Amino acid sequence: MYKSMEDIRNFEENVKRFFAAGEIPGFVHLYAGEEAIAVGVCAHLTDEDYITSTHRGHGHCIAKGGDLKGMMAEIFGKATGLCKGKGGSMHIADMNKGILGANGMVGGGFGLATGAAMRNKYKKTDRVAVCFFGDGAANEGVFHECLNMASIWKLPVIFVCENNLFAESTPQWYSSASRTIAERAAAYNMPGVRVNGKDVVAVYEAAGEAIERARKGEGPTLIECVTYRNHGHFEGDEQTYKAPSGEEKEWAEVDPLEVFRQYAIENGLLTEEELDQLREESVRDIEEAIEFAKKSPEPSPESLYQDVFAD
Amino acid sequence: MAREILFMKAINEALDQAMAKDENIILLGEDIAGGAEVQHLEEANEDAWGGVMGVTRGLAPKYGRERVIDTPLSEMGYMAAAVGMAVTGLRPVAELMFSDFIGFCFDSIIGQGSKMRYMFGGKAKVPMTVRTMHGAGVNAAAQHSGSYYGLFGSIPGVKVVVPATPYDAKGLLLSAIEDDNLVIFSEDKTLYGMKGEVPEEYYTIPIGKAAIKREGKDLTIVTIGKMLYVGLEVADILEKDNISVEVIDLRTVAPWDEETVLESVKKTGRLIIIDESNPHNNTATDIASVVADKAFDYLDGPIKCVCAPNTPVPFAANLEKLYIPDANKVLTVATEIIDDLRVK
Ligand SMILES: Cc1ncc(C[n+]2csc(CCOP(=O)(O)OP(=O)(O)O)c2C)c(N)n1
Repeated sequence: MYKSMEDIRNFEENVKRFFAAGEIPGFVHLYAGEEAIAVGVCAHLTDEDYITSTHRGHGHCIAKGGDLKGMMAEIFGKATGLCKGKGGSMHIADMNKGILGANGMVGGGFGLATGAAMRNKYKKTDRVAVCFFGDGAANEGVFHECLNMASIWKLPVIFVCENNLFAESTPQWYSSASRTIAERAAAYNMPGVRVNGKDVVAVYEAAGEAIERARKGEGPTLIECVTYRNHGHFEGDEQTYKAPSGEEKEWAEVDPLEVFRQYAIENGLLTEEELDQLREESVRDIEEAIEFAKKSPEPSPESLYQDVFAD
Repeated sequence: MAREILFMKAINEALDQAMAKDENIILLGEDIAGGAEVQHLEEANEDAWGGVMGVTRGLAPKYGRERVIDTPLSEMGYMAAAVGMAVTGLRPVAELMFSDFIGFCFDSIIGQGSKMRYMFGGKAKVPMTVRTMHGAGVNAAAQHSGSYYGLFGSIPGVKVVVPATPYDAKGLLLSAIEDDNLVIFSEDKTLYGMKGEVPEEYYTIPIGKAAIKREGKDLTIVTIGKMLYVGLEVADILEKDNISVEVIDLRTVAPWDEETVLESVKKTGRLIIIDESNPHNNTATDIASVVADKAFDYLDGPIKCVCAPNTPVPFAANLEKLYIPDANKVLTVATEIIDDLRVK
């Protein structure tokens, strides 16, 4: 889990750097600060399970085992990218790993995850689907419709809200009539839990319970992970709306990687040296991915017309 | 007095002047003030963003957050609410951040707002404006780059405006807001940084009237939005070949100005339409069918449409460049239909 968190952090810091240098086109939404959520949840999943992701999708893809080289190449718009350069940062998908795509539509994942869970149930598998979404997305109509359907049909789906306190510039406490997102679960007759999204162990435990319920056919769970977005909504955002004080400041100051390092050392899971080694390994892996992306060719002009329809 | 200002400033100024004139005009949309209820902004009554591109900046401090409303991420809800506001006497201007998100709120447009007047026997009006953004060119990939004005234009009861210059942006937006119907005002995101002459005073430009941007006698090129600049570039190039091109900026997609287009084709006998949307069932094909129907006898060659390919918008920069219609593509089809002129 620690390696995966490091991968996300390093991956993103490099994306940030290359975006600033003008080498990465388009919009980039960074996940840094929220690593514990993707990692804590995905640690329970296999390639057979599905996830749906968001516009802030790098972390989910990495945690679910998405190929780092293919991801980086995609973000650089190269032919070797996971989507052959057609998708970019906001649309990375890896079907072999059960990653049904980062999504540029806020709320786009609810229906996809619900549908994937219907498939899993129909096929009588014990596979689950996890829908990652933001606090903002919880205000889209499709959230309510899908939670209701998932509950009446007891679908194996886990709705994981990443409440980083903001939707673009709009604070969660302004845009949500309920204090928490988790309490909305009551309306749909499913468990709703709220955990510290900076603490990978807390997320891991809550997700484990929910996933087990889902696998046993006991239906969906809504998990709200409270966290904070280290960077702007997108790269280039001056964040003039942020006012870190009080509760917001407390969330902003916690680094999930540090939290986990401390936990691991205190509980004798890993030594400081082992942790450092993992960090170095991660730096190397990301460097390789960057090199691969940079060396890769641009998509061919003919590819513009390919893959619009299935043959 | 006219001075040079940015396209986005022209839109901002139109909203500002409209709001000053009529207190029933209310803006709503996601992040259009930015940071509502963030204490340091609220106390100073400031806005943080003024929309993702900063187009509405300054309006929240001036008119207050009761008239510049940050909505939750609820397109279905706030767009439907805008219809409700409009039918009960307000004049909402709702911003849909990117026109690709229309799917989330199509009922408001297809099922409610566009047909209320008709269904209710002319006893209702829905004076609302939807401001939205379209167009490829910023590597925003498939879910943030589409051009759907043609799709909107095919719905009865909806007017659709696509401005190409700062001057038009202001005058047409003021008309849209004054209009008693549901008007979709679609802004090309790549034009926001363009400068042009815009009068300071309040003025309107009629919806449904195209602009002849350049007169000519051999070939008519009709353009929509940003494609105007491709049309003008082609006209410049062909002029060196002694071919005189008439360039028409359609300005309004629904209703579109049949009279101006037909008159021009009757004069030139040749027509090319440049439209950045996907090639089927779009505005270009609609114009082609009307011209073929009403001006067939005047045509000296086939009508040509130059559109984006029938694909979603790709991410990679080289592919996106191929996607957007450019002067080369227009010249290729122009050559096919003006060969006879060159022979002379
Ligand atoms: C349907 C739709 N509406 C609006 C947007 C623009 N948009 C992109 S991200 C975002 C904020 C999302 O907030 P949240 O769900 O909390 O996720 P976070 O960015 O905080 O991770 C908005 C409004 C969009 N992409 N799709």
